[in-house]
Amino acid sequence: MKLPPFEYAAPTTVADAVALLAEHQDEASVLAGGQSLIPLLALRLARPSVLIDINGVDELAGISATDGKVAVGAMTREYAAEESKTLGENVPLLAAALPFIGHEAIRSRGTIGGSLAHADPAGELPAVARALDGEFVVRSASGERVVGADEWFEGYLTTARQPDELLVEVRLPAASAGTGVAFDEVARRHGDFAIVGLAASLTVSDGVISDARLAFAGAADVPVRATEAEQLLVGQQPAAALFEEAAQRAAASLDPPADLHGSADYRKRIAATLVRRALQAAAQDAGGKR
Amino acid sequence: MTHVDITVTVNGATRSGAPEARKTLADFLREDLELTGTHLGCEHGVCGACTVIVDGRAVRSCLMLAVQANGSEVTTVEGLAADGEMGPLQQALWDSHGFQCGFCTPGFLMQATALLEANPDAEEPAIREALSGNICRCTGYQSIIDGVLLAAERIRQG
Repeated sequence: MKLPPFEYAAPTTVADAVALLAEHQDEASVLAGGQSLIPLLALRLARPSVLIDINGVDELAGISATDGKVAVGAMTREYAAEESKTLGENVPLLAAALPFIGHEAIRSRGTIGGSLAHADPAGELPAVARALDGEFVVRSASGERVVGADEWFEGYLTTARQPDELLVEVRLPAASAGTGVAFDEVARRHGDFAIVGLAASLTVSDGVISDARLAFAGAADVPVRATEAEQLLVGQQPAAALFEEAAQRAAASLDPPADLHGSADYRKRIAATLVRRALQAAAQDAGGKR
Repeated sequence: MTHVDITVTVNGATRSGAPEARKTLADFLREDLELTGTHLGCEHGVCGACTVIVDGRAVRSCLMLAVQANGSEVTTVEGLAADGEMGPLQQALWDSHGFQCGFCTPGFLMQATALLEANPDAEEPAIREALSGNICRCTGYQSIIDGVLLAAERIRQG
């Protein structure tokens, strides 16, 4: 399949990239790693008249830790994030999710920002960003603004990014002491899109859960938090019976879609199983760090 | 149409061209450089047949524009054999009856090449993980895994 024709621009600075976006608005698509956009072009599901290739914008790639936060540049490739010690030490939930993304050759090109801007609800990174209340930094010709993860994901493949804005960075909080994490998903094969996936983080201090975060992939048109289950967990001691109750509450709070990969009921059952497994693993992980 | 001048090092040789911006690296290799060893299956990033190595990492050449390879080093399946002799990975897969129809072969070879370069001690789980993105409809995969294990062993023994 040949890609549809488009005008091609390859800016080398963020300033040039946002100037192009200001000029072309929603006639333009931004090309990052291309692992989602190029298939969309090949299948004619996207027909931009201008393609703005940001692979040459060096200032968009890189990972840095400051003030309890880790800033990940939008063009940071997934394999580079996997190899990053800074990320592994500070944002273990993201590190745990990365190996689930596609396959090795996909992660060679795919980017953190690209996945978050594409916003596939079954994607791993959107669930992680939602679990950790990530902050999305977008820039346009008129300035910069920061959007919280709760407002970033608006719908299926739809984010709060305006047509003239470029996602430049996502900021994630560094895990505090006593935090254990787990990422798990059920897919037809490893590397396929998750039927349901779960990002889980538990912080245990003095034997009591002080922070709990559960975010599902593949359970709605956006990544969703299991707020009721989180509230149940906080203030309690980690225990199998508690995790079982949380699993039931989390699954009950979902109204998942049905497709050929699974019915809504099947997704809810997977969701409960994932919560049970992930909480167990996260609690163990937290215990190992004390 | 936007044509862009590019220069790419392919299998050690400097190659130039002026592909349309929309041309994928896979089509550039096959049509402009006449390197038809790189196969195209699904052409949207699912099957892995078009896998090549760009700057040391396995990538799907159907999911990358040719213009994005400007200045890069690309290795294709044609780069694995020297002077008409199969490389050690190719020989090991031959010896293990790793393929039947051969359509997926170049992708498997390039993905396995990238794996063995990064991790010459790769054992079966790592090999299975690395090859999980490549689809083969003939073999059932076992003979391919056997071939990569045999290649790893031979390479280690020198």
